[in-house]
Amino acid sequence: MTNNTSHEFQETVELQGHIIDSLILPKVLDAIMIGGGSFQIEDIAVGQTRHDASSARVVVAAPTARQLDEILATISDHGASPIASHDCRLVSADLSGAFPEGFYSTTNQRTEVRLNESWIEVQAQEMDCGIVVDATKNEARCVAMTDVKIGQQLVVGHAGVRVRPEERSLTSHGFEFMNSAVSTEKPKGVATRQIAEQMQEARSSGQKILIVGGPAIVHTGSVDHMTWLIRNGYVQKLFAGNALATHDIEQAMYGTSLGVHLQSGDIIEAGHEHHLRSINRIRRLGGIQQAVETEQLKSGIMYECVKNDVDFLLAGSIRDDGPLPEVITDALEAQRQMRERVRDVSFCLMIATTLHSIAVGNLLPAWVRVVCVDINPSTVIKLSDRGSWQTVGLVTDVEPFLRALVEDLKGRSS
Amino acid sequence: MSHQARILMCRPDFYGIEYEINPWMNTERPTDHATAVTQWSDLHRILNEHGARIELLPPVAGLPDLVFTANAALIYRDRAICSRFRHVQRQGEEQHDAAWLSANGFTVESLPDDHFFEGAGDALFCGDTLFAGYRMRSQAASHQLVAKRIGRRVIPLELVDPYYYHLDTCFCPLTQEMAAYYPGAFDDYGRKALAEYIPTLIEVDKDEARSFACNAVVVGSTVTTNTGCPFFHEQLRAMGFTPVATPLSEFVKAGGSAKCLTLRLDGEEAARWRTLNSILSE
Repeated sequence: MTNNTSHEFQETVELQGHIIDSLILPKVLDAIMIGGGSFQIEDIAVGQTRHDASSARVVVAAPTARQLDEILATISDHGASPIASHDCRLVSADLSGAFPEGFYSTTNQRTEVRLNESWIEVQAQEMDCGIVVDATKNEARCVAMTDVKIGQQLVVGHAGVRVRPEERSLTSHGFEFMNSAVSTEKPKGVATRQIAEQMQEARSSGQKILIVGGPAIVHTGSVDHMTWLIRNGYVQKLFAGNALATHDIEQAMYGTSLGVHLQSGDIIEAGHEHHLRSINRIRRLGGIQQAVETEQLKSGIMYECVKNDVDFLLAGSIRDDGPLPEVITDALEAQRQMRERVRDVSFCLMIATTLHSIAVGNLLPAWVRVVCVDINPSTVIKLSDRGSWQTVGLVTDVEPFLRALVEDLKGRSS
Repeated sequence: MSHQARILMCRPDFYGIEYEINPWMNTERPTDHATAVTQWSDLHRILNEHGARIELLPPVAGLPDLVFTANAALIYRDRAICSRFRHVQRQGEEQHDAAWLSANGFTVESLPDDHFFEGAGDALFCGDTLFAGYRMRSQAASHQLVAKRIGRRVIPLELVDPYYYHLDTCFCPLTQEMAAYYPGAFDDYGRKALAEYIPTLIEVDKDEARSFACNAVVVGSTVTTNTGCPFFHEQLRAMGFTPVATPLSEFVKAGGSAKCLTLRLDGEEAARWRTLNSILSE
């Protein structure tokens, strides 16, 4: 029996028991079709007496991996389990820096692998990775392609792997406004209030808040809002590029951002050199830390980060001026450090940066709450399209958003 | 001489609403302990008067739902397939159930850790077939495993209404060929499967299902339920049963009633293997 399994994503499941008498088999087949999939019954053994169980092996296919996952989740409730759902299949890495063929490609959802007949949770959950297993320690964790080392044991195929999606509760997470992921039509006040609530809750329960920011924070005159957040314990980590730090330092030293005076809005003569002079000065001093220690840098976001022990990470790009000494110019090394440093983050606020937001979004597991604020809806949409569906988007200018957020938080603490 | 029914019960010494794991439970609607004790004692007395021998599982502080002995295990001959509770709040019951059953002559078996199974709450024989509820508490895969172990036909039935989270809240085998059920608790596949394998099905209406009409204890031809099921009792009388109503409102607050408070140790009336057992033992 078949109804076309030309779809690309397939999984073979097995059903056992009195699946014909109980109508479980037709129910499973119906559920596959209702879920937009198709099936092919590879094998069926019908019990000869009423006490004999029957069994069927069914290939389930779906047009997308997500649909297939959904169908498999639905039919597993009826007892259909992936055929080799014994232990996960491990293959030794034959090369460093590449997975074996057929490697299991991860999602950002909580995942478990079956090892020695018991399920263990995969650590360091991250999308688009492989899973490396250390059988002696009974451990499994996500590993990026570039970090694979020859001889490591990697999971191949889907057998013995199960994904436990986060529940997308509509009411319990406090993000009631997230029912549609991105919109320019949302009441900003409600959204800002809920973000403030989440940040306050995270701060009071000792969780770590990560801010991923772009230079527009400085250009739009939001440095004071950011420094307030840092001084008041709402920022434990800051990820940015060379530009945010550079323009922040430029402002601290010259009062301009990209040569534009932030108080008057005037373009200063030779102001375009200010950011280069700022970078040069920091490079001469050896770094931002030294600039703060020698009191050459006395205000701004980076200053507050040093003063308040905020764990900051600056990742470089090919077009950077300078860059500042702290900027990690090796993209893979930056990725590695970001990966390590997002592990204990529970709330992430991304402000006005596309590339850094997507990079961090890719690294975060699905249970970290992410709010992305950008004047450009496509940034948020890109993030969601790439699989970070836990992202809540707010399309607004940065300065009014941060001002409202800070005012709300001030109101709470007073 | 006819075989005497053996029923396991547990005094409600530590019973109360301490958590919420089904839609009936509300910690803000506590039980009245004295009333609960009276209601439990009345049920105990009624079953005793109708010929059952009641055995007692010692209550344990901190395990309020231990009183619902139906969930201790599935009894099949001298085998007890013990529960693996879905909710952590009830998992502490497992060791006490297993210890009692083992000390009282049963061969205790358990399912693998990742197989939820809630005993006679979700698995009831009618004739030669074990009907088994899944999705809310037990898993379909657990029932498949049970089928394999006992070598009987097992019909898994999906439970679709959270108020009827155990099969014994919406389905009650009365004889080997007759059962009462509440159709709204099942989907079309389940209703069809029941109609296919049980010659006489008594439909319980929505209101009486909510009064736990289906959560009935059958001893011989006596059927004991909570009060509030007059129409069901009329149907039972017409079929030649003797219905008995006894108030169990304090247990309804936790989502349980007469049947939940009992575990038939010698096999349910409707289980065919029980009659074979009794014939063999005479």
